[in-house]
Amino acid sequence: MTNQPVAAKPESGGAISDFGIDTTTQSTGEAVRDFFVRLRSGDLGSMPAVLGLGVLVLYFWTQSESFLTLDNTANLIAQGSGKMIIAMGLVFVLLLGEIDLSAGTASGVCAAVMAMHYVRAGNLVGGMGSTVFYVFVGGMLVAAVLAVIMRIWAGAVFAMVAVTIAMLGVGPNPWIEMLLALCVGTAIGVITGFLVSKIGMPSFVVTLALFITWQGVILQFIGQGGVFGIGTQPVLFSVANGNLSVLGSWILFAVGIVGYAGVVLGEHYVRVNKGLVTAPTPIVVGKVAAVTVIAALGTYAFTLNRSPNDFVVIEGVPYVVPIVLVLLVIGTYVLNRTRYGRHIYAVGGNAEAARRAGINVPKIRASVFVVCSSVAALGAIVYSSKVGSVDPQAGGLNTLLFAVGAAVIGGTSLFGGRGKVIHAVIGGLVLAVVENGLGLLQQPAAVVNIVTGLVLLLAASVDALSRRRATVAVR
Amino acid sequence: MSEPILEVTGLNKSFGPVHVLHDVDFTVRAGEVTALVGDNGAGKSTLVKCVAGIHPMDSGIVRFNGDPVSVHGPRDAAKLGIEVVYQDLALADNLDIVQNMFLGRERGGAWLLDEASMEQAARDTLASLSVRTVKSVRTPVSSLSGGQRQTVAIAKAVLWESKVVLLDEPTAALGVAQTRQVLDLVRRLAEQGLGVVLISHNMADVFEVADRIATLYLGRMVAEVPTREVTHGQVVELITAGRSGDLGLARPETATV
Ligand SMILES: Nc1ncnc2c1ncn2[C@@H]1O[C@H](COP(=O)(O)OP(=O)(O)OP(=O)(O)O)[C@@H](O)[C@H]1O
Ligand SMILES: [Mg+2]
Repeated sequence: MTNQPVAAKPESGGAISDFGIDTTTQSTGEAVRDFFVRLRSGDLGSMPAVLGLGVLVLYFWTQSESFLTLDNTANLIAQGSGKMIIAMGLVFVLLLGEIDLSAGTASGVCAAVMAMHYVRAGNLVGGMGSTVFYVFVGGMLVAAVLAVIMRIWAGAVFAMVAVTIAMLGVGPNPWIEMLLALCVGTAIGVITGFLVSKIGMPSFVVTLALFITWQGVILQFIGQGGVFGIGTQPVLFSVANGNLSVLGSWILFAVGIVGYAGVVLGEHYVRVNKGLVTAPTPIVVGKVAAVTVIAALGTYAFTLNRSPNDFVVIEGVPYVVPIVLVLLVIGTYVLNRTRYGRHIYAVGGNAEAARRAGINVPKIRASVFVVCSSVAALGAIVYSSKVGSVDPQAGGLNTLLFAVGAAVIGGTSLFGGRGKVIHAVIGGLVLAVVENGLGLLQQPAAVVNIVTGLVLLLAASVDALSRRRATVAVR
Repeated sequence: MSEPILEVTGLNKSFGPVHVLHDVDFTVRAGEVTALVGDNGAGKSTLVKCVAGIHPMDSGIVRFNGDPVSVHGPRDAAKLGIEVVYQDLALADNLDIVQNMFLGRERGGAWLLDEASMEQAARDTLASLSVRTVKSVRTPVSSLSGGQRQTVAIAKAVLWESKVVLLDEPTAALGVAQTRQVLDLVRRLAEQGLGVVLISHNMADVFEVADRIATLYLGRMVAEVPTREVTHGQVVELITAGRSGDLGLARPETATV
């Protein structure tokens, strides 16, 4: 399988050989060996999380009859996906070695505004009271101005859209409401980003302060003991509770797999032809085949009737699956293929080097908070839909810790520079399984919290230890 | 003697209360290697960073090809064709060799990078430097040795159609063979008509490749002389005492008279 003559065999650790005979294609055996070398040098990625997920699923499967049922699996995914989405946005912040503690309550603000718009039939002035309303609109305007100052144009546009929707008193419409939530999230992110990157406060302090602030804002919007029901709005309700039709599920499968295989195999083909560095063909093909089989089995399982009740039929892939997949694809694309994504990694890896390369480091730093809060707003739409209502606790409690935990458990480093959007998905699944499984075993919230916390601690120590190994292994 | 391609005059730079560079004049000529020498802390790296737009200058004029230019950031310097190999290399550990070499100047659209073209160009550059140290151009920099990193940093600087290359102690971490290659490269770049600045503490290297030697002493440019007009001993004296015979700072007694 080796296309290039390999003259000098790598001696120590297999890392160093000659560049003059730079190998672009490895044999499968070499690739596997390389993989283990990388593991040993501390580059674990999402390996521990995937293994842990497998172990957890096996464990709960043996412990509870109802764990691996179709019904529970769909439920588990729908329950976990809101926080999983928030975690996807957090990955961008974590990649810079920053933290956004306010992502949870910021998402709660978005949920509250969205729900109020629906409950009050678009009349936000009535819902908030005129003083609060004008403060709210003023805040959005400030965000728009800050975004312009920082030249984050998308942030300015979204903030102005939120102002427009609020001022015009646009009538209730689920799509408008979701757009409003997203725009409020963007505006919040602009404010966070400005405070961290332009004022220069540590993100920990800024977002801790905002965490508390947004909690107050939610309470102000909803009122003590209040609750906004959105379960009566069919679109808002089905985001996390609805399913694709059986036909739709298979179409999703077909589109997803053709797209995935097309991109992966097409790129591999091009790289091999141009003589670029590639993974061995058997591994690439094997990966695509494995994903296809798993996706097909999953799709098939979800198209079976999973209703525990004989009188209703519940079938089809839940909407949250394509929602998460689309966000995963977009996030991965942005991080891997665009200049912006490359610069995020560079700033996270060595901010000074990035600055010397002419990268606008403050802008990148601000922008990740905008991404994070915007994506958190999408997470808020999903988790509010799942519950069917928004109360003053929305986005509070352990939403944020769950989201940070998901990203870190999935393999994203808290030290910056290393992480992928898929880590949020894998880690989110781990935590969703823990929460759901322990719930099925009738464990009290105390145990669930303790176990969740310990899992996070474990993941963070794996991160810290592997980082230490990596720095030791460098020279 | 060729025309000055880069000319710095009256450069002052302070970090807070510390006045690091005093009225420094410095000239880089196309097709020549100018060695910049001086003791630790003399201000060599600071001078290079000011020219590269990393540090703003307090005062001073930079002329490029005779025209005054304002360098407000690394991008301005790169646009003029000034490339720098920094003493600390300035590589992002988590990125691979190709990604580091093109950092900030990626090929392709903002929304779809052209990885293939970048990878090929990176490999060609490394091959043209006959760099024989790295297994694959997709190796993350974190897994390279110190010397390999330095090589990548140098390759990064010569990848571009540059006019001036400033190398801040580029051979500090290199072995004998690798140092040889870098010195050859320095000469080759000058022969291609580039203005090359080499910062080094190794006098043998300096005397081998440099056409002119500029000496910084406590932030002052004390001498800028053709290499063949000075001896080893004189340069060492200039570095350590700031003067040597008629060269360098004026003698205190003549200064006070
Ligand atoms: N960012 C900075 N902030 C404050 N002081 C600085 C900074 N950079 C350099 N200095 C000071 O400026 C002086 C010159 O430093 P510089 O790095 O230019 O020396 P150098 O000639 O390159 O020395 P070496 O040979 O050790 O590399 C030193 O006294 C150093 O302490
Ligand atoms: Mg220096």
